[in-house]
Amino acid sequence: MSAQVLTPAPAPEQSAITAALTRAAKRPAWMLSVAALIAVVVFGFLAPHTSASFRLSATDAAVKVPPLVVPAVAFGWIVALLLIAAAAWAWFLATQRQRSLPGWAMGLAWFVFLAGLMVWLVGTANNPDISLVQLLTGSVALSLPIIFGSMSGALCERAGVVNIAIEGQLLLGAFGAALGGLLTGSLVGALVTAALGGLLVSALLSLFAVKYLVNQIIVGVVLNVFASGLTGFFAGTLLKDGENFHDMPKLAKLPIPGLADIPVLGPIFFQQTLLGYAMFLLVPGLWFALFRTKWGLRVRAVGEHPKAADTVGIKVNRVRVSNVLLAGIVAGVGGSYYTLVSTSEFSRDMTGGTGYIALAALIFGRWNPLLAACAGLLFGFVTNLQYILAQAGTAVPSQFMAMLPYIVTIFAVAGLVGKSRGPAASGEPYVKE
Amino acid sequence: MSETTKGRQGWRAFVRSDGFVSVLAVVLSLIVGGILIAVTNKDAQASAAYFFAQPGDFFRDAWNAASGAYAAMFRSAIFNYEGATATEMFNPLSETLTQATPLITASLGVAIAFRAGLFNIGAQGQVIIGAAVAGFVGFRLHLPAPLHILLVVLAAALGGAAWGGLAGWLKAKTGAHEVITTIMLNYVATYLLAFVLLTPLMQRTGSSDPVSEVIDPTAVFPQLIPGTTLRVHLGFVIAILATVFTWWLLSRSKLGYRLRAVGANPEAARTAGISVAACTVIAMALSGAMAGLAGASQVSGTEMFVAEGIAATIGFDAITVALLARSKPLWVFLAALLFGAFRAGGVGMQTDTGTPVDIVLVVQSLIVLFIAAPALTRTIFGIRDRKKAAKAPKAPKSAPPAPPAETPAAQAATVEGGAA
Repeated sequence: MSAQVLTPAPAPEQSAITAALTRAAKRPAWMLSVAALIAVVVFGFLAPHTSASFRLSATDAAVKVPPLVVPAVAFGWIVALLLIAAAAWAWFLATQRQRSLPGWAMGLAWFVFLAGLMVWLVGTANNPDISLVQLLTGSVALSLPIIFGSMSGALCERAGVVNIAIEGQLLLGAFGAALGGLLTGSLVGALVTAALGGLLVSALLSLFAVKYLVNQIIVGVVLNVFASGLTGFFAGTLLKDGENFHDMPKLAKLPIPGLADIPVLGPIFFQQTLLGYAMFLLVPGLWFALFRTKWGLRVRAVGEHPKAADTVGIKVNRVRVSNVLLAGIVAGVGGSYYTLVSTSEFSRDMTGGTGYIALAALIFGRWNPLLAACAGLLFGFVTNLQYILAQAGTAVPSQFMAMLPYIVTIFAVAGLVGKSRGPAASGEPYVKE
Repeated sequence: MSETTKGRQGWRAFVRSDGFVSVLAVVLSLIVGGILIAVTNKDAQASAAYFFAQPGDFFRDAWNAASGAYAAMFRSAIFNYEGATATEMFNPLSETLTQATPLITASLGVAIAFRAGLFNIGAQGQVIIGAAVAGFVGFRLHLPAPLHILLVVLAAALGGAAWGGLAGWLKAKTGAHEVITTIMLNYVATYLLAFVLLTPLMQRTGSSDPVSEVIDPTAVFPQLIPGTTLRVHLGFVIAILATVFTWWLLSRSKLGYRLRAVGANPEAARTAGISVAACTVIAMALSGAMAGLAGASQVSGTEMFVAEGIAATIGFDAITVALLARSKPLWVFLAALLFGAFRAGGVGMQTDTGTPVDIVLVVQSLIVLFIAAPALTRTIFGIRDRKKAAKAPKAPKSAPPAPPAETPAAQAATVEGGAA
């Protein structure tokens, strides 16, 4: 009797679940196998017989470090072997244990692949010598608006509002900073107007999407057009002639004494502008707030199951509106990067689709601020690598490098590089019954 | 019931109808645009400085600025009453039709996807691929005229269909949301075009710029009124045919019925034996084919070669047009004409009065927003809400509860009932 209870015949569902788990685990295994194959063929057999040289300190750095010289052939084979090992392990886990690789191993494998790709790319360039410091600091700079944008997206989507309007928020932020900077001549003024610019888009988003229940994707798409038109119009009228304009303020780098002189890490982390430091605080701060505080629990409840949240007394739409507004401030301030750091003037559509990349980073980072920031950094890195390789004279067409973030995102949402699933109620308006 | 109350009721019904609200939305958006033009006008700003001394001056200058800009827009979009010759007078209309031509087909594409419950933001990429393929067939093949044109059109449609179908296939196969994949495919298409324009496959011989060869004269869409400088071309006829086809497809064909069923309620459609996956791929492919036609019209109708900006912003404008027309083919045609007029008029307004053409984008996006939220528009004009006024005389049309709100069809329902 008890034996019967303890050892039931394997139910059909059980084997179905096992099969499904194996299938799910096989996808990343396939991807790793393809990566390993590329590594063997390209990084190994087709490796250039040169050494890739990575300069680790700028010419004017206080502490000099000799450049890192990597022989391309040897490094290529090491990468290939590591990836073969990772793929073999993934296949073992998938077929024998119905599991995927642990997250850290997966991350490490892709990092090794990226390193191999970089050495190969630099090695095949006409001048196989690039500055790693320049590459990394530039990547952080380029990823700054992406990361601010994806934090804005995370704030909205975790509360169940799809934010396609990140692009518009960044653009109005950039415009706001330019207008405020020119009118007041002060940085504080510029940052406040940048936040107001993002806030305007958010206010419209919450008015139409939350109050009037218009499809959130529609509102987002249309608001981007609106922001593009509005800023373009004002750029052609208000900003055209500068009679009453002060000098445009600029966000200067604020090196932290001592720490800023650490080789490689110093220039990346401790020679940032105010916006850069704000980003370093914002990302872990938002993660903590979303996943470790009562506020975050409420927000996520609203994003996953608004009805349940409503039943326990959370004001669903109030949470949504406040989050969308906060997101507007975040993206607006992030947009000020364009006019306060990168250049000193506003030009039409100067964000050039960064908001959409931020959206991609958010999805690629599985709606988690930390991972989304990593994805943002990756996208910034790829973009900057493309610029630096162009200087070094690479044979790889820049268009393919530029395409990479988008293709990676398609793979990500198609579930080929891990599963990416958003908050359950994202995009659905909530009507109290 | 006396005649007058009947008449009053009819008037009330008219005021509360969706059509009237759409008109109000257009008017409201034009007013907002006019205000923006007025407050950024130099004369109006100058007279605003002594507003309290002579408020009349400010209002006169503001009115002059806004009305001047809109008059210039009308002259360059509909009919140039200052023109000397017939061609000059009708050139604006021809420009409007030329601008509207690619917009009509691309918007029909977005509308088809909408009706099948899919949000195709990728029309831009599909236009790009369509244009690239059309250009390639246009200058690489050398054929007699009618055949060459036919082949250009077919190739462009196939190219767009492949690009759209890819997003549909990804959705059907892996569940990847089409909004994300189509946005990403737009960028991939942009860079892909930038790349092929620099390869011997497409680059113009002897040029180092990213421009293609010029297409053969046999591949050029003939002008509708030959012997004039009016640019309106065969593409407009194709756009009319595409509109009729889409209308037939969506409201008369078996396939269209299936697509709409999937759009209205995928679960119910699946239960009824319709393959949701197949419908998703077909809808996206058809949508892409229509956008591809827009690419053909750009290459063979107006530009005659392929360059990086060949698709302009047609793919994005198409989304706004389809939204404005609520994805009804005949309305799409009219809405695209309106937006074509805005585009043609905006360019003329910029040259005539110096008002940046971007104001057109503001007006267009506001129109869509106000139409999507009729409750807001009614509130602004102080009209009591129709649904609120006459609550619940009509039973809900279909039994199943509202399908997941992510489908645009369901959205339309929510939008209309949203005020309750």
